[in-house]
Amino acid sequence: MNKELFRTCPESGLQFHKPAELLMRSNAVLAVVILLVGGITALLVTLTRWPAVHLLPADRFYQVLTLHGVNMLIFWIITFEMAVLYFCSSTLLRCRLATPRIAWLGFALMLIGIVVNNAAVLNGDASVMMTSYVPMPANPNFYLGLILFAVGALLGCFVFLGTLVIAKEEKTYEGSIPLVTFGALTACIIAVFTIASGAVILIPTYLWSIGYINNIDAAMYRLVWWALGHSSQQINVAAHVAVWYAIAAIVFGARPLSEKVSRTAFFLYIAFLQIASAHHLLVDPGLSSEWKIFNTSYAMYLAVLASMVHGLTVPGSIEVAQRAKGFTNGLFQWLRKAPWGNPVFSGMFISLIGFGFIGGISGVVMGTEQINIIIHNTIYVPGHFHATVVIGTTLAFMSLTYFLIPVLFRKQVMLPGLAKIQPYLFGIGMMVFTMAMMGAGTLGVQRRHWDMAFTDAMIGFDYPASAYTFMGIVGISGVAAILGGASYILVTVLSVFFGKPVGSESSYGFTTSTLTRAEPIIVPDGGHAAAGKWGFAAPGTFLLAIFFLLVFVLYYAVNWKYLASVWPMS
Amino acid sequence: MSAIQPPAEAVWWKQPLDRVEGTWIAIALVWSLFMFIMMPLWHIYGKQNLSNEAYRTTPQAYMAKAQAMVNQYTVRTETAANLPVVRPPPGSDVYLVGRLWQWWPLLELEQGQSYRLHISSMDWQHGFSLQPVNINAQILPGYEMVLTITPDTPADQTIICNEYCGLGHHNMTGKIYIVEGS
Repeated sequence: MNKELFRTCPESGLQFHKPAELLMRSNAVLAVVILLVGGITALLVTLTRWPAVHLLPADRFYQVLTLHGVNMLIFWIITFEMAVLYFCSSTLLRCRLATPRIAWLGFALMLIGIVVNNAAVLNGDASVMMTSYVPMPANPNFYLGLILFAVGALLGCFVFLGTLVIAKEEKTYEGSIPLVTFGALTACIIAVFTIASGAVILIPTYLWSIGYINNIDAAMYRLVWWALGHSSQQINVAAHVAVWYAIAAIVFGARPLSEKVSRTAFFLYIAFLQIASAHHLLVDPGLSSEWKIFNTSYAMYLAVLASMVHGLTVPGSIEVAQRAKGFTNGLFQWLRKAPWGNPVFSGMFISLIGFGFIGGISGVVMGTEQINIIIHNTIYVPGHFHATVVIGTTLAFMSLTYFLIPVLFRKQVMLPGLAKIQPYLFGIGMMVFTMAMMGAGTLGVQRRHWDMAFTDAMIGFDYPASAYTFMGIVGISGVAAILGGASYILVTVLSVFFGKPVGSESSYGFTTSTLTRAEPIIVPDGGHAAAGKWGFAAPGTFLLAIFFLLVFVLYYAVNWKYLASVWPMS
Repeated sequence: MSAIQPPAEAVWWKQPLDRVEGTWIAIALVWSLFMFIMMPLWHIYGKQNLSNEAYRTTPQAYMAKAQAMVNQYTVRTETAANLPVVRPPPGSDVYLVGRLWQWWPLLELEQGQSYRLHISSMDWQHGFSLQPVNINAQILPGYEMVLTITPDTPADQTIICNEYCGLGHHNMTGKIYIVEGS
């Protein structure tokens, strides 16, 4: 091992391979630049869907919405995930990164892909939304950009896998890979499947757009496209759950309740990933109910089970760590005494709550074959996935950034006061935003729709006043969340480019217990349970989980009741 | 060891489960199974299920059937574009056309009667969204979806397109009038 190629972070004890470090920084910076584009478009979309403002003309709105979708759902998240993959392999395994040149080639392809795709949309002839459903045509460069980006990301996945092989070969760690790296591996495996599915559908679509193939079946497109479109969100889930575990470890020195359970839950994501992503096709013609029911649940919803497990074990591990530090009063002292002023923690915890309570529950409910009839393509759907992808993934990545600024970029976090409130502004803003969208969706307000008043339509329709109220709340809370997102970008850019270097004695700006120097958690004889109540290691977390289940059951029942009120259909 | 370090014990898979995990996994698994079973159960006991009936078609073939229905059952025309309002007999096959950017023709159905509603697209993908009752379905070109519906509420319904279909998407609407049986 060439020692000169490594540096050890004096505060965290993490060891960075310099070529990997530069790649992580570049991917993270590119990701934040895309987030800025996504954020500007988010503001324009929000201000247009806010009925009292209705900012953009229709053509501009659909164009900007397309930009917002591709940049946020694909480019921002996957680019940041590349940084996470390199961190979880090279840094956590204290190993050199495999083939940095290939990783740079991947980075270049991703960057070119982003530019080509965005240019096509900005050109005005690719306002086809992220899904680009055939046979609505787009400028061929729209698909070409996506393909280039996907190839670049695939190279990044291979570099990650190669690094795991090198680490094993060179014995840079003992035993098994850390849980967080295991989570990243899960994300990587799903990413390879996702990108392969993307190739299967986007390459023919590209050929169709240049006139080489004359027909692409709309139903086939949807089936295969969603193996890209949904699985890519499964990458996010695996990645942000890994980030949750990482933050629990970083802030609290928490260790998993049991490696077995957490790893099995990650494995369930791979095994029960909705391969055909059937829940997007529940009201499509040409597919049988048997196919829909089986493929939306695999008879037992084991991917949902996996998320419910992580939802318990992540806060559970924090509770155990806090109890071991002496916060043992009552059921929730461990949570009250958590560092709520540290955005690394507060962002992660809001991400967990928002993902579970809002994104998770709504996702399962609307993914029920019959309930989908009252939800499909209403604005309820973006309500759901903003809770999973924005509160879940984006906020988790934001909180990780506050840790990476000192550790990876060697800079102090600037504007710490703003950084402190940022997760609350963004997270709570998004929570209100997503729930208001779901409320409007339940009243039949449509997604991807410029004018809920139908001003120019030959046959109009009047939504109830409450739908307008909900959309007004969507507008206000959306702007609040965008301010939260802007705060993140401001803090990150100022810190990274203009921040004071972290000196040997300086701090993160936030109290974050260090990794190697964290007090080892002493588990009393008799295992975890001795520290908890009722024979449970984490009784407070269990109570929260039961509360979650009650909300879930209630909301599930309410939706069946609502479904029962619509016209009989068979 | 924390989650960002290798597991402390080499044989971590033999570490026993804590009771909190075991209990939660059992509860969550039961709930997951219940949610699965609800879907087949609703096919047996529930009244709101999409049929599995769908056919491959072409825009021309489908349009011919819709045109025949319009020719036979049009009762009046409406709007500046003289859109036909069609009142097919209860129980019959009703053909609804989705195209850029209208739902054609307008329909008049009797409350409490069942109809076999066929829907297909002539061009791009569209979304059939019936409001305010709130029934939504995906409509694809080349596929003819058949749905047996029984309007059991008196309110007239507007059909809105809820799959983005280009610049006129937000103007793509249609109508189903609900009338009392004669």
